[in-house]
Amino acid sequence: MRERFASGFDPFVIPFVIGMIFVLGYCLIAMVRVVCQLPKADRKRFLLSLITPKYIWMNVRDIFLNCLIHVKLWKRNKVLGYMHSSIAFGWFMLIVLGHLEVMLFVPERIRFFYYPIFFNYFVAETEQTLQGALLMFLMDFFLLLVLSGIVLAIIKRFVSRIVGMRRTTRLSVLDQVGLYSLWAIFPLRLLAESFTAHISGGSFLTIPANWVFRQFLGNDLNALPTWWAYSIALCIFMCVLPFTRYMHIPAEMLLIPMRNAGIKIRHPRKGFALLEVYSCPACGVCIDACPMSVRKANLRDCTVYLNRMLRRGNERRIAEISDKCLLCGKCSAVCQVGVQGPELRIAQRERRKFALSPSYADLDVRPMAEAVAGSGGVLYFAGCMTQLTPSILRATGSLLDKAGVSWKMMDPDGGLCCGRPLMMAGRTEQARELIAKNVEIIRASGCDTLLLSCPICYRVFKEEYPLEGIRVVHHSVFFQELIAAGKLPVQREDGLRLVWHDPCELGRGCGIYEQPRAALAAAGEVVEAGKNHAESICCGGSLGSLSLSFEQRRPMTQNALDNLTVADPDQIVTGCPLCLATFVRAADRPVRDIAEVLNEHC
Amino acid sequence: MDFGFKLSPSSAVNLDTVDRRRYDRLVQLQPDALTCIGCGSCSATCTSASWTGMSVRKVLLGLQRGRDEEVDKMLSGCMLCGKCTMVCPRGINTRQLILTLCRLDKNGEVVR
Repeated sequence: MRERFASGFDPFVIPFVIGMIFVLGYCLIAMVRVVCQLPKADRKRFLLSLITPKYIWMNVRDIFLNCLIHVKLWKRNKVLGYMHSSIAFGWFMLIVLGHLEVMLFVPERIRFFYYPIFFNYFVAETEQTLQGALLMFLMDFFLLLVLSGIVLAIIKRFVSRIVGMRRTTRLSVLDQVGLYSLWAIFPLRLLAESFTAHISGGSFLTIPANWVFRQFLGNDLNALPTWWAYSIALCIFMCVLPFTRYMHIPAEMLLIPMRNAGIKIRHPRKGFALLEVYSCPACGVCIDACPMSVRKANLRDCTVYLNRMLRRGNERRIAEISDKCLLCGKCSAVCQVGVQGPELRIAQRERRKFALSPSYADLDVRPMAEAVAGSGGVLYFAGCMTQLTPSILRATGSLLDKAGVSWKMMDPDGGLCCGRPLMMAGRTEQARELIAKNVEIIRASGCDTLLLSCPICYRVFKEEYPLEGIRVVHHSVFFQELIAAGKLPVQREDGLRLVWHDPCELGRGCGIYEQPRAALAAAGEVVEAGKNHAESICCGGSLGSLSLSFEQRRPMTQNALDNLTVADPDQIVTGCPLCLATFVRAADRPVRDIAEVLNEHC
Repeated sequence: MDFGFKLSPSSAVNLDTVDRRRYDRLVQLQPDALTCIGCGSCSATCTSASWTGMSVRKVLLGLQRGRDEEVDKMLSGCMLCGKCTMVCPRGINTRQLILTLCRLDKNGEVVR
């Protein structure tokens, strides 16, 4: 390879250089800003993680697998996975190989950072090119890979169903500019490299194209304009990138190390929350997943639009979207970059100002503490929602007696709320007061196990309560263990088909999927819902939503029921009193709590 | 000295002097409030009732009758557990109603 131009420069590289400097500068400033916005302890933790070998390995692996190969997308849909990894990995390889070529053939030019991108324009083929045949082949191969991805992307724009998506995001104007310039980059690169392939050399893609073009054009006049167009397309893409959804490319590379370091959202708009908002690729997977989007309602209230509104600072819509959400967590479960929709919304709710704030400091819990004092063993906290459905209460008590467990009820005459509903409403400070009161009672009892029959309580007891030394357990898990240990003689009823509804707080919230199914299998045949485990559909009754009305929730409940009854079970079984109460109103077959079902067969 | 009975302070309400701005604003923001039939299901199920005497029915009534102190005391005991919403035969979103009310100042303006 020899250079064609002594200066190593042509004016057409200027747009690319401008775009590159702009995007690098913008991302650098944004990155420093996000890191500076973290609370001090978090920042220290994050920076330390960057020099810890264990985290370095995790970060490199996760960035490679998620940003380049898009493993999660492959698991979701093969076509979608191929489309993304071909573009991302192909482009990455084009850049890497471009640098390799420059280092091999014209090492002194590596300091011009535009050189690897426009390498084929600046060099001419010589006899030694044979050494580069492999590189040229690889360059053409990866270009073909990217082009195949682009073709899929164009098809997906018009028929999103081929990639398994019913609905995709409505793009903003700038997003469209970004999208079309991204589409244009690679065909233009192919054209530009083809026009100069007889000088610079090429491989299976560019050489034949060059031959075809020369047959009817017969001159080189088209080469320079095409290189200009290629450079301009790159410039446009990079200049709009920070203001479009493509910001997720650089943002995700910072999000992954921060998440690995265990950083959480501490401020509704700054630091980690800001990073999550910018990491949203606006792919729209959350639109189909959202239980609110049933019957084409609330389509604009999914996490992808929350992120867009947060970027735009549209306060009215931010409040509306934040208040409406059921906080079921399904958008997080399906999100490819792991944007935490519910946590983002709770953070927005916490920001709200109130004229009147509740206070529970004056509540006297001593009588409750005295009533359970020194009981030891298992302490059963029914919680508000179980109090509202006494059949669960009775069944749980009966099962505990049958298993010979020494237990005491914490709130026989009604107790305090666990604090989770307050947290969901963004009143974390007040929730802490309730938590302190409840801890006082639990500590007085001297129990070793705290049993809960409500997943809403279970989650907050597990995550927020300082209960070291006390096992917090949901009743479905507790009964499964009793059955496995042979302490609960549950009789299996042949022909009884049961479907388990994964409550949001128990499944996605606490990761408990298998134990309830195992317990139910002792009583009957467990069949599966259409969507289950992490993708189970919220019953629609969630306390997470502040503004959804009864009528708006109804179709969501119906949709969840339709999903549960695809295998035509005899009974719908759940482990959440709120799901139960919600389903009972609309179901065409019995809805029971797991404790009721087990108690009946015991 | 306990006579087994006592004299209560007058509970007469002069509707002409009652400041209804908070209630009117609430109705404007949450028209659901108008559909309350005062059945008391919310009071019967309330977690906070046994601690602070909270009752959504009484809150709505108290607002219309100018019992602001009573209303504020009840509201500050609410734990937002959502049972009242579950049992309301009129399908009133009581949690939203309570949260909206907590955002209104004495003049019925939403605090920002």
